[in-house]
Amino acid sequence: MSVATSRQPSMSTDSRKLVEMSWDPITRIVGSLGIYTKIDFDRKEVAECFSTSSIFRGYSIFMKGKDPRDAHFITSRICGICGDNHATCACYAQQMAFGIKPPPLGEWIVNLGEAAEYMFDHNIFQDNLVGVDFCEQMVKETNPSVWTKAQQTPAPNADKHHFKTIADIMTALNPFTGEFYREALQMSRMTREMFCLMEGRHVHPSTLYPGGVGTVPTVQLFTDYMVRLMKYVEFMKKVVPLHDDLFDFFYEALPGYEKVGQRRILLACWGSFNDPAYCDYTYKNMSAWGRKMFVTPGIVVDGELVTNDLVEINLNIRILLGSSYYDSWENSEMFVKQDPLGNPVDRNHPWNQTTIPRPQKRDFKEKYTWVMSPRWYDKRTKSHLAMDTGGGPIARLWATALAGLVDIGYVKATGTSVKIYLPKTMSLPEVEFEWKIPKWSNAIERDRARTYFQAYAAACALHFCEKAMAELHAGNTKTWTEFKVPEEAIGCGFHEAVRGVLSHHVVIRDGKIANYHPYPPTPWNANPRDIYGTPGPYEDAVQNTPIFEENGPGKFKGIDIMRAVRSFDPCLPCGVHMYLGKGKTLETRHVPMFGAHG
Amino acid sequence: MSDSTIPYGRKTQRPSPVKEVHILWITAGLGCDGDSVSITAAMQPSIEDVLLGAIPGLPKVHLHNPVLAYENGDEFMRFWYEAEAGRLDPFVLVVEGSIPNEKIKKEGYWAALGTDKDTGQPIPTCDWIQRLAPKALAVVACGTCATYGGIHAMQGNPTGAMGLADFLGWKWKSKAGLPIVNVPGCPVQPDNFMETLLYLLYQVAGLAPMIPLDEQLRPTWLFGKTVHDGCDRAGYYEEGDFAQEYGSPKCLVKIGCWGPVVNCNVPKRGWMAGIGGCPNVGGICIGCTMPGFPDKFMPFMDAPPGSSLSSHLIKPYGALIRTLRKITQNTVNKETKWRHPEPPLTTGYRPKTY
Repeated sequence: MSVATSRQPSMSTDSRKLVEMSWDPITRIVGSLGIYTKIDFDRKEVAECFSTSSIFRGYSIFMKGKDPRDAHFITSRICGICGDNHATCACYAQQMAFGIKPPPLGEWIVNLGEAAEYMFDHNIFQDNLVGVDFCEQMVKETNPSVWTKAQQTPAPNADKHHFKTIADIMTALNPFTGEFYREALQMSRMTREMFCLMEGRHVHPSTLYPGGVGTVPTVQLFTDYMVRLMKYVEFMKKVVPLHDDLFDFFYEALPGYEKVGQRRILLACWGSFNDPAYCDYTYKNMSAWGRKMFVTPGIVVDGELVTNDLVEINLNIRILLGSSYYDSWENSEMFVKQDPLGNPVDRNHPWNQTTIPRPQKRDFKEKYTWVMSPRWYDKRTKSHLAMDTGGGPIARLWATALAGLVDIGYVKATGTSVKIYLPKTMSLPEVEFEWKIPKWSNAIERDRARTYFQAYAAACALHFCEKAMAELHAGNTKTWTEFKVPEEAIGCGFHEAVRGVLSHHVVIRDGKIANYHPYPPTPWNANPRDIYGTPGPYEDAVQNTPIFEENGPGKFKGIDIMRAVRSFDPCLPCGVHMYLGKGKTLETRHVPMFGAHG
Repeated sequence: MSDSTIPYGRKTQRPSPVKEVHILWITAGLGCDGDSVSITAAMQPSIEDVLLGAIPGLPKVHLHNPVLAYENGDEFMRFWYEAEAGRLDPFVLVVEGSIPNEKIKKEGYWAALGTDKDTGQPIPTCDWIQRLAPKALAVVACGTCATYGGIHAMQGNPTGAMGLADFLGWKWKSKAGLPIVNVPGCPVQPDNFMETLLYLLYQVAGLAPMIPLDEQLRPTWLFGKTVHDGCDRAGYYEEGDFAQEYGSPKCLVKIGCWGPVVNCNVPKRGWMAGIGGCPNVGGICIGCTMPGFPDKFMPFMDAPPGSSLSSHLIKPYGALIRTLRKITQNTVNKETKWRHPEPPLTTGYRPKTY
């Protein structure tokens, strides 16, 4: 039983004049992404789209039989921008399987490293990749009237970021030549230095181990981190109001823009930053220590918090096929029939998945992608929900806000919002930002949440720094816990990769990896139609996205579709392609070639 | 501007004989885009230093990298087709990610970029390499996946992945006579890659001789020394003082570090701005720059087989050295005896006027 979660096309495709448009690859993301759409230019909307992936590497296959201690070194290589999130999550799963927890200082160092990763990654993605979609050059080419309006619109927060008009912000976002673009790129380097202080190297860390870190905790380590962090805090005092001005302007300049990339509110967050005072990495206590995370896990459906219990979240993960290049594993071994609490574990749960690749021709009526379809089973409605992560921040802030559990001074979840306090910096006074639950899960709100979460991560880092230095000053300098690899064990890790939910599931037998399945955010967002016909979130969000671009089919750049897709922060080092489904094609055009690039 | 108003320095500068160079960067191997992300961290030189002409003597550089490009779709792929047709000349081809073996299966693809307009099927990455490599001025493999196969070429992998030189041939030469240039690292150290690119641009501009490469096609000035040679913990090794657990500031060779036999400059250069690295900051060297990575270094957290003998042999010698040094260190930790607040002066100077 399943319920399709997409908005249905408002008219039958047969009766409409549709133009097939393609962009392959979509750039300024991590991984190759292509989009094939049919667009109804009369009604100014996207009619349909399919999502496919062009790269297969086979981690779950070649990890079998390997030493379980190698898991974080190997899985880091899954992703070139958030590899450390994988390494961290793999260590969480190993710690559960090995029955250990790191010393508190080790945990704080991991949290400081991961906070730096969020600060870096959201920053470079927002202002060097997504930002280009909102830059002068792009807006002039796609919506000249919006550019004209931007020149006449004073920026409400000009006193905070020093750009007088919205157009000035757009000019500053021009790639490489823009002032703010270059400042953000430089800031992305400083935050990576912070990361390297804690985890050794970016993006595949050198100092993470199951049991803690090899980082040597010295006074200098935290001095070097703290002075950089405070520069970032000052930067955020400018960046949050800058993005509020830019995004609010789009709602104002293009009424109806809230529909771009909008889909039903189906947001998933697996929680981030463990608290060493509570987290013992045992499965049986996971519900309790999960709620003590500094970003609260949660399943949010139609704006309601369904659960923030990590055990329930875990048990209801389902990996479905339908349109992917794999054979079913229904006749393969069941590795885990019951979880450590005695609950039954489904055959389609990652613990029981067996990956059987079957490369084949791409056929959009049958199999068209290397991505499987992860779903979350909602037992209330007996439906397999196509949850998305909204690129990470919107789901994290939403789940955290609703739960109202986080209260660390610098950050407070209120039940309807999240308050973020940034102390005085070199040239700016203290600031309190408040992220309020928005009305929509759409492109603009995903992008806005990203900026606020940058501030959230910085505020958390201030708290972690204080905690870490308190341990150091008390002489508690141990950062790693010894362990023995058990002959038989299972483990799971839950974390937030930069762009959303991340889980690792491991089964150990005879001291070796018998089964290993990582689930990063982009498979949740970029997956194809599942066996029940439910489309994946990109497919869903792009379908019926209205077109605001002023160019007709001849010069069409698809900027509104680009903004919709990039708002999810696609990061599939396996490529993702979107393709148009059935429906009569009356006319086919490709994006015309332009002159040589400057 | 009249001749007399042109600055003297400009008249003496020799412009690059090649005015413009394109860099075509394929990320569609079996990879993670971590090398592209890595180069955005580079500061010596930074990507904007190279693109905005901040280094004298170089041709104008146009970068076509999917992670950073302004263009999308066909606007972006245009450069690939232009290069294939010989109309984008000269260009340097950068390959990122391991090269899958597309010949081991009946149909489908392991890695692809763009779609064939005639068949509607994805174009395998291998096809792009074969189309573009013969036209390129130089071909650079960026990161350990592209250079030697890396993680995705691990034992038991389903795709038959390999490095670029395995695919094109180790003796392959570009039309300009350059071998494949390998810059390994998982990911590539940011400045190592940008500096190699800078060298090639100097070479294109006639400002540098043929890039010096070793047998594994690595730039010799970057990979000529071992991790151990540049590690600030090598002193502990010399004294036979080894870490028994992670988090210790001592030499990590007994808990998994392969530094003494791995060609890499990271402990010396740091990861960025001299910060971070591997054994120098508490991370065992897992050999990620090496052709034998990862299998020959696994399980990563066990002591390398050769290390038990060498670390055993050095123990008595190291212990003696440590003892002797301790004596000397105690001596130099004390100030000389003439520094005191009481008369008379005992520094050796004999004053005649006071």
